[in-house]
Amino acid sequence: MDPQARIVRVLQKVSGKDIAPGAEEALFTSGLLDSFALTDFVSGLEEEFGVSIPDSDLSARRFDTIAKVDAYLTAKQSK
Amino acid sequence: MSYLRAFGSWLPPRRVRNAEIAPLVGATPESILEATGIEERRYAAEEDTVADIGVLAAQSCLEKAGVAAADLGMILVASGSSERFCPGPASQVAARLRLSATPALDIPVASAGSLIGMALAARLAPAVGRVLVIGAEIMSRRVTLSPEAKNTAILFGDGAGACLVDPETGFARIADSCLYTDGSQAEILAVQDRVFRMDGQAVILQAARKIPRAIGELLARNQIGAADVEVFLLHQANLNLITRVAGALKAARERFYTNIERYGNTSSASMLIAADEWWRGKTAPLQGPMVLAAFGAGLNWGAVLALPA
Repeated sequence: MDPQARIVRVLQKVSGKDIAPGAEEALFTSGLLDSFALTDFVSGLEEEFGVSIPDSDLSARRFDTIAKVDAYLTAKQSK
Repeated sequence: MSYLRAFGSWLPPRRVRNAEIAPLVGATPESILEATGIEERRYAAEEDTVADIGVLAAQSCLEKAGVAAADLGMILVASGSSERFCPGPASQVAARLRLSATPALDIPVASAGSLIGMALAARLAPAVGRVLVIGAEIMSRRVTLSPEAKNTAILFGDGAGACLVDPETGFARIADSCLYTDGSQAEILAVQDRVFRMDGQAVILQAARKIPRAIGELLARNQIGAADVEVFLLHQANLNLITRVAGALKAARERFYTNIERYGNTSSASMLIAADEWWRGKTAPLQGPMVLAAFGAGLNWGAVLALPA
């Protein structure tokens, strides 16, 4: 499955909402989702993609769009 | 060995309900309640100082313990909102307790200061004798009631709590503790130029991971399951955060004592105020482990584990 589709699936699961945001649509800084959803989102990404996201990487800006998350995870997995 | 011997607290009488601050911050009372779980908070009187309310909590604690101030080996005062940075309120508190040589040290760490004080007191008490830990905050003077500062203005209240750590006797034995600091994120939660600044989203993100991790580590190394803990007494930062911590630990939410609904977030005083209320409401001796935990400026965070004595 396309990585961005997997990211959206995680987002839907943790938010409990049937949302399908565009790749560049702000998720958290726009207030669409709150900081608690962001915490779950990060944990869900760790589980889905088998990566460990350090606390120092936690910021709403870094995970604010599907495209940013995709780029972050790609960089993480290529290390 | 160190023991929790008594708690104490003092809250200013002035109640500030959401309806009073909502128009000042451009919100509705209902939206404040929904976002924070807070119904009202207390504000100190204009003439009150952090040391004043700290002394009142100290006296409440010493009275319950039946211990005279003269029998203290040390005083630790946590506050992120004191009027003066140096010297902070600790020496004034000691002087007001009529002590002129007992060491009294400040812990200027908003939110996590009293947890740090308790963990340090547990280690120091066998060497210096009884340690009185106080958390005293007048946060209402560090926030601005304006729409621009809404996210912090709606959260905070004033109050003070205290805890007596005794090397010989108490109702619970302090079995273990852990403290952590990560200065790389210091800017997300700070009192600078007398104003409290917080990136709420970043704080929630960090706290929602670090608090359960610290508690989990403490429980694991003492071979205690979260389900076996009698009570969790956390810094009362946000009702949703406490619920989140309970979920992460797979512990029953009812085991987490909360009073943020009535006092708001009183920063480093909150954990001790909650502990005092919980303790006063107890009708039976402690039966199981108790866990105290906090997260605050620094970033500093940690947890304390106490077991029935």
